[in-house]
Amino acid sequence: MIELNDDKCMHCGACVGACPANAIYLNEVILDFNDDCTDCGLCVRACPVGALSLIRTRGLKVPAATA
Amino acid sequence: MFFKDSYDVVVVGGGPSGSTAARYAARNGANVLLVEKRQEIGSPVRCGEGVSMEIFKHVDIRPDPSWFVNQVTGARIFGPSGKFILIDAKNAGDEVGAVIERDAFDKYLATEAARDGAEIATKTSVVSLLKDGGEISGVRVRRMGEESDISARLVIGADGFESQVARWAGFNTNLKTRDTTSNLQYRMTNLDLDPRFTDFYIGSAAPGGYVWIFPKSGEVANVGIGLLLSRIKGASEAKDYLDAFIEKDERFRDASIMETVSGGVSVSAPLDKVIADRIMLVGDAARMIDPLTGGGISNGVIAGKVCGEVAAGAVKEGDCSEEYLQRYEKGWRELLEEKLYRDYMAKEKLVTLDDEALDKLIEVMSEVPLENLSTKEILTAIRTKYPELVKEFEDLI
Repeated sequence: MIELNDDKCMHCGACVGACPANAIYLNEVILDFNDDCTDCGLCVRACPVGALSLIRTRGLKVPAATA
Repeated sequence: MFFKDSYDVVVVGGGPSGSTAARYAARNGANVLLVEKRQEIGSPVRCGEGVSMEIFKHVDIRPDPSWFVNQVTGARIFGPSGKFILIDAKNAGDEVGAVIERDAFDKYLATEAARDGAEIATKTSVVSLLKDGGEISGVRVRRMGEESDISARLVIGADGFESQVARWAGFNTNLKTRDTTSNLQYRMTNLDLDPRFTDFYIGSAAPGGYVWIFPKSGEVANVGIGLLLSRIKGASEAKDYLDAFIEKDERFRDASIMETVSGGVSVSAPLDKVIADRIMLVGDAARMIDPLTGGGISNGVIAGKVCGEVAAGAVKEGDCSEEYLQRYEKGWRELLEEKLYRDYMAKEKLVTLDDEALDKLIEVMSEVPLENLSTKEILTAIRTKYPELVKEFEDLI
């Protein structure tokens, strides 16, 4: 998954336009990632200031939500 | 009431392309809404703010002191060794341009659109396209937490590099990494520069792109960098390369940064098709940015005018089909396409050259008489001296 560092983000949309899956939406200062993200990491490289990082989740079990 | 529930034309995006499309659609009789998701037209700036003088030839725009701050007399292109060529405005004509204030420029264009009758809605996000039996019939917007539907006979996507409208409408706007750049810029002050020139630095200081210095005055300049995404290996490279460039240049020793600007810029060929039934794309959304310079304002405004005029015609005729909208497709391509493809090929070649080859190129170009500074003349001169540099470009000579 992609992790966003809010302290660094310029809200410029470079990641949005670079994303091949259209998994990122920028609404003024809010960056939303949707489930179409394939962890390709292109946005991490496209970000001019290093606000994004790719966190490897492969092999990790995400616990199911409980009521 | 911030907007009505029905318009002839809804333009998505209040940048130069969108405002110009809205202006010319309204001026020619259409009922137009221009939608901008940000709370202020033109701000924050996401642009190098260099513009060619071409726009003044094609579009009814008069230089206004609020945004037309520095008309330069030449562009200097520096090779890695520090040798440079000067492209003089007297010879290169309108290619060499001016440095503007984008926030004021965008407001100027929006004002022109409003004067011609377009309505403007800011802080209003388009969240999806409305469809009626598969046909685009308007947009759904969100404003201050409330969603509403606006019907439109025609939607114009002018929503920039990260265009959502284009993707929602099914256009393939995906960019190759070698056609995408990552950019960072500082607006610096307390400089002592020669404001007559825009400066470009090519080579390994900016892999696949360049560093620019666009002076607004002798004291203030935009200093920025664009890197080709295919050359970027890790995070934060645009910032790291720009900081390294500034660090080792004495001219910036006493300078301060007043503003940081970043963004993505496409350096691709234009989309093969920018129209479909009831929709048109314009500007960066249609990949109309010049792939050699990364400049998008002039092309967006020039195409925006054609787009707006055709939109008004389509509404008047009651025919917003793709077939009618071919008038726009044909019109903007006549004005821009040849140069876009030529510059795309030039960029594709330039990015393959290493520092040594770029220095040779600068050296040869500095020997070509300026009045002959056409692509063909340059290539011919290079062939005479360094034929291996232009092997693949024989057909252009």
